[in-house]
Amino acid sequence: MIYSDKVMDHFQNPRNVGVIADADGVGEVGNPVCGDMMTFYIKVKDGRLADVKFQTFGCGAAIAVSSIVSEMAIGKTLDEAMKITNKLVAEELGGLPKNKLHCSNLGADALHAAIENYRNKLKSGEKGASMAVDHHETEGCACPYCEGTLEEGEAAYCKACQVDLVECPSCGGITKKGADTCIHCGKSLAG
Amino acid sequence: MLPYLGEIYGNPQSLHTAGQQALAAVDAAREEVAGLIGAESEEIHFTSSGSEANNFAVKGLAQAYQAKGKHIVVSAIEHLSILNPVKTLEKLGFSSTLVPVDRTGLVDPAEVEKALKKDTILVSVMTANSEVGTVEPVAEIAGICRSRGILFHTDAVAAAGSLPLNVRDLGVDALSLAGDQFYGPKGSGALYVKRGTRILPLIEGGIQENGRRAGTENVAAIVGLGKAAAIARAEMAARAARLTPLRDLLIEELPRQVDHVVLTGHPAKRLPHHASFCVEFVEGEGMLLMLDMQGISASSGSACTSKALKASHVLLAMGMDHALAQGSLVFSLIDGGGREDVDHLLASFPPVVERLRKMSPLYTEYLKETKR
Repeated sequence: MIYSDKVMDHFQNPRNVGVIADADGVGEVGNPVCGDMMTFYIKVKDGRLADVKFQTFGCGAAIAVSSIVSEMAIGKTLDEAMKITNKLVAEELGGLPKNKLHCSNLGADALHAAIENYRNKLKSGEKGASMAVDHHETEGCACPYCEGTLEEGEAAYCKACQVDLVECPSCGGITKKGADTCIHCGKSLAG
Repeated sequence: MLPYLGEIYGNPQSLHTAGQQALAAVDAAREEVAGLIGAESEEIHFTSSGSEANNFAVKGLAQAYQAKGKHIVVSAIEHLSILNPVKTLEKLGFSSTLVPVDRTGLVDPAEVEKALKKDTILVSVMTANSEVGTVEPVAEIAGICRSRGILFHTDAVAAAGSLPLNVRDLGVDALSLAGDQFYGPKGSGALYVKRGTRILPLIEGGIQENGRRAGTENVAAIVGLGKAAAIARAEMAARAARLTPLRDLLIEELPRQVDHVVLTGHPAKRLPHHASFCVEFVEGEGMLLMLDMQGISASSGSACTSKALKASHVLLAMGMDHALAQGSLVFSLIDGGGREDVDHLLASFPPVVERLRKMSPLYTEYLKETKR
């Protein structure tokens, strides 16, 4: 099995699933492109997280991560909750497969976004939760030919395989400049 | 297969008795695999997998014919064991054109024809797609290529053993197949190369497989592949007759049991044992894990189930958006299963989707929007 017993337990019996209608803070991270999306809702009382609920679109690991983050956060002060790191989340779950570690990123990020949302509202004095959105951009960071990482702002050229790259206007994927069709969606690039 | 791991442990290239017995078994298997696709036995080259056969075909044919030209045409929904070798060849100075597919995953032969250039030397379009089940008009595409003097290869890994295939009738120059797709051993495959066609080896060294694939033969796997080919040839029609009605039942009923489920691939031009869907608002891996607890083994093309965490290029090429592609689900009906298995799936499926949708922010959003 690729997942630990604890991950499977949290996946099968996720704690604190749901929506808080009158939440004090809401945080949303991820997008369906990378496969995972999480929304966290928090209720704050006397500087502590009185309640945390979440909804997650994603794999078994993403669901388990959301569940355990909610469990770890409830009862903590806001400052303590901000110290929940990806590493702690993965440890608490008895480890995650290497390629799923980004899911644990999202869990803590979504909680932190909800807390930020609450704090910003306190500052500006507004009532009710407006969504804090932290959409991660995941596309366009790797060369489609060699999978090598492209540096920020360098998407037009892969040093490793010495190929000029362009963004496909149809699907947004990175493909070779001058090619007839996009390597992702097959749409014509001519004209 | 077992004797070839035990008492008949000879190397087929050895002159001693055990070696010659192994050679006879390899030759007999070659005959069976050839028989499955209407080829001659010397046109069959054993490989370690379907992926190796595809790599061998693309790289071996392109490099053998590069004096004629350096342009390759493939469909957008080819397996990565076709697409990645094409990318590698691009780094070596070849160029390629990807032919798009329609929403059902069908390749239009006219699109292939449009993609052909003066220096096109190789076209590769799969016989059937393993993710969406669509069966491609391979004979027609092969005819276009033949009339232009261009080599045509088909990746028949998903189709061989399930569909009746004859390389002469199809008019293909090369065809890949794999044993594990028709109840044969994992790690067994073969590439058919039409007599008179040149191909450079992928693995160089000894004179095995006519000097085209070096390395001591995996005798047990080859014997198993031969046996599976013989059984598939004899049983193909009966298997298809048993599985097709079950497939159609699943295709008809599953979208009735759960809202917002769409069939992926072509409704009629599809593999007889293959049913695939996209389920909106949920992600594939969660469904797989929950179905597995009910004793149902399925697969998915979602980003989360792939090690690379990328959504399936097949579903995206068919015009599906990322969110929908995440809910991909593939069922392969296995011979020996029956109506009760389909009923079990139909009963288990709705609660699984319901549970995951309850957790899904996308579903909550959708409900909010429809209420408005």
